[in-house]
Amino acid sequence: MNTRRLILLGFVAVLALLPLLNLLPEEHPLHVSDFLVSIIGKWICYAILALALDLAWGYAGILSLGHGAFFALGGYAIGMHLMRLIGPRGVYGHPVLPDFMVFLGYTELPWYWLGFDWFIFAFAMALIVPGLLAGIVGYLAFRSRITGVYLSIITQALTYALMLAFFRNDMGFGGNNGFTDFKELLGMPLNSGHTRAILFYASLASLVAVFLACGALTRTKYGRVLTAIRDAESRVRFLGYDTTRHKLFVFVLSAMIAGLAGALYVPQVGIINPGEFSPGNSIEAVVWVAFGGRGTLVGAVLGAFSVNALKTWLTSVAPDLWLIVLGCLFIAVPLLLPKGLIGLIRRRGETKP
Amino acid sequence: MLRVAILLAGVTLFLSPARAQDFDALLPGLAGGFAQQAETVERLGALGDPRAIPLLQALADARLLRLADGRIAPQEGATPAEGATVIRINNRVRVALRGALGRLQLVSPDPAERLRAADAILRNRSAEDIPLLEAALTRESRADIRARMELALGGARLASPDAAAKRAGIAALGASASPEARNLLLAARAANAELLPEIEAAVAAIDRRLQMRRAAETFFQGLSLGSVLLLAALGLAVTFGVMGVINMAHGEFVMIGAYVTVVVQEVCRDIPALQPYSLPLAIPAAFLVTAAIGAAMERGLIRHLYGRPLETLLLTFGVGMVLQQIVRLVFGAQNREVISPDWMMGTLILPGGIAITQNRAWIILFSIAVLLATLAAIRLTRFGLEMRAVVQNRRIAATMGIRTGRVDAMTFAFGSGIAGLAGVALSQIDNVSPNLGTGYIIDSFMVVVFGGVGSLAGTLIGAFTLGLVSKVLEPYAGVVLAKVFLLVGIMLFIQRRPKGLFALKGRAADQ
Repeated sequence: MNTRRLILLGFVAVLALLPLLNLLPEEHPLHVSDFLVSIIGKWICYAILALALDLAWGYAGILSLGHGAFFALGGYAIGMHLMRLIGPRGVYGHPVLPDFMVFLGYTELPWYWLGFDWFIFAFAMALIVPGLLAGIVGYLAFRSRITGVYLSIITQALTYALMLAFFRNDMGFGGNNGFTDFKELLGMPLNSGHTRAILFYASLASLVAVFLACGALTRTKYGRVLTAIRDAESRVRFLGYDTTRHKLFVFVLSAMIAGLAGALYVPQVGIINPGEFSPGNSIEAVVWVAFGGRGTLVGAVLGAFSVNALKTWLTSVAPDLWLIVLGCLFIAVPLLLPKGLIGLIRRRGETKP
Repeated sequence: MLRVAILLAGVTLFLSPARAQDFDALLPGLAGGFAQQAETVERLGALGDPRAIPLLQALADARLLRLADGRIAPQEGATPAEGATVIRINNRVRVALRGALGRLQLVSPDPAERLRAADAILRNRSAEDIPLLEAALTRESRADIRARMELALGGARLASPDAAAKRAGIAALGASASPEARNLLLAARAANAELLPEIEAAVAAIDRRLQMRRAAETFFQGLSLGSVLLLAALGLAVTFGVMGVINMAHGEFVMIGAYVTVVVQEVCRDIPALQPYSLPLAIPAAFLVTAAIGAAMERGLIRHLYGRPLETLLLTFGVGMVLQQIVRLVFGAQNREVISPDWMMGTLILPGGIAITQNRAWIILFSIAVLLATLAAIRLTRFGLEMRAVVQNRRIAATMGIRTGRVDAMTFAFGSGIAGLAGVALSQIDNVSPNLGTGYIIDSFMVVVFGGVGSLAGTLIGAFTLGLVSKVLEPYAGVVLAKVFLLVGIMLFIQRRPKGLFALKGRAADQ
């Protein structure tokens, strides 16, 4: 158990070192490129999303194929804040309206954009909106005992519908192009190395915090009941537990964590568009968790990092093959690695004397 | 020469001999002074003799000659004949020519020209055109040109100073169902205050008819979308509904069916004898190819995951991704062209002016045929009997000597083959590209869930209900919002009836 903790601490320490090494002069042997720091920053956000999904799927048996939607909604909330901060620096130079609204002929800010000029409000919305949506969908679904694949399909349809809706120009969210050209966040210019480092550390701190919080949650009595619901929902219900409420809580919490991941992601990549809602993104997140090992938090993080490392490498070496490899991961994991990488590592550990 | 003779015969049948003589008597006037020319042109136009068309056209193009012997004839060849002079015209004659040609073309032997002439009259309606149109209508046989001429006649009557003619025009226009007639009536409102009640009644009648036609067309579009959904969902109703296997690669099977159609068409292109039958040949080919892939997938992969639906979902999703990418690598990412056979092209006009595209009508029929074939296969064949036995009680079926593994593979192959058939149909109305299937998979799952898992009747009703509802919603909410509404609607519906419209009852429902 102690070695496991040491490995995790070492992992976090290595990650924490990266932005510092990035500040070294370029000719230094330990220098880390901007590209690596920004891509690891993205992966950390993906790992938070994987944790959110693992909490719902691995611990409560709710396989959501729409977690990308919660991620994207969190990203859009922060994106709206970043758009408001551009102010008169846009191409059209309008003091209040973002460029795309001037272009589409808006005369004033739509009501749902009010308040997004405050960071705190936008950040709260990045958590509340996904949570609220998950609450409504979850309430309707769990109440009528929609479980298993039915729930998966409904969540997939949800993210698909949201993608179509956000592609529309008259939604007031930038349509096709989404939001981009961000300038600053909390007074810091987004293109500076320092801001990148700060965002990196914020993401890393969030990852650690979410990891510890999820770990603590799954060890409580509530967490045990969740696992029991995953394994035999009817039995838990007959024992007198309100399974609907248990599942609803974890689903909402999971959606809010996904929103947090999206909110950390968008300032780092500098763009958010409706493509983030595409069902493929959500399902890719599922494969991170499945590959790493669902039902273990370490597995989710490991899966997010390893699958994305594979993706980054393959899309640069053989872009055509990536989708085939991803598809094969989907096929191979349930058949050959039902417990994921973590299961493989643990089994090795057990067989050794 | 023969053509001219036939033409002349036709004309003389229609025109009185007196008029024919008038025509010859008028001709020299074309070579007169400008004022005489204009008058002659107008009189020729009013006469309605198609022989005047080439002459007037030549006059307008400055190609009409006065020959040395005083006769008048159009110029042939690049230069005027010897001793002939080109007849010159001024602007006044040009104006007269435009009107006269427009009227004369009403009786032209060329249907396109008649249609153009009716349009020209419709644009600048005047009471003088009434007798011309009436005469032209008596010998017009093409329905579309008749409709156009009747519209023009109504407009011309409306423009006449005579109140009785006006009333007749209003009544005629009011009996049609065309938006143009409605516009004519609306435009005439200001000038005819005394006829206002009649005009309003006629407009209301047109509105009623237009509304009915729109409703009928929406209904047809809904049926068409429903038939597409039915085709896409039928295979799913077998694999998901009967076997309980969730197949996320179903959309890719549909896509592969469409690509089989493309390949069959390309093979048939080299063999002229087979060319017209490429589509009928594609139907069994698509069924067999997708059924084979389905059987291989069931035996090789899915079999190991029975009882683990979430893992099956992920696995089949992966298979779908791989299939899609392989097709993209082999056939390219761009759309492939599928040529519809002639008997599927074109538009059918039903009574009442309801337009129906033929290929969509065929697909509606095809979807019903596939549904009936599926029903027959399940109800009437040995395979269907074994399939039902395995679904109801696997172990007892096995003890009775049914090879359940083989039945599983065949059932899955059957469902996949139906997806291939859907692909053949979709290749006729949608772009054949590697992502063809992705757009349909969610909708077809909705159909199966809405209709009730395991019920083909539910799939039928579900598909057509969803198709109709979304087409009815679309004009009000737009395509995207209609989809969102439908989704929310289904979620609320599942609240009331969690097992869909046609729930399985009894013991089978618990499994």
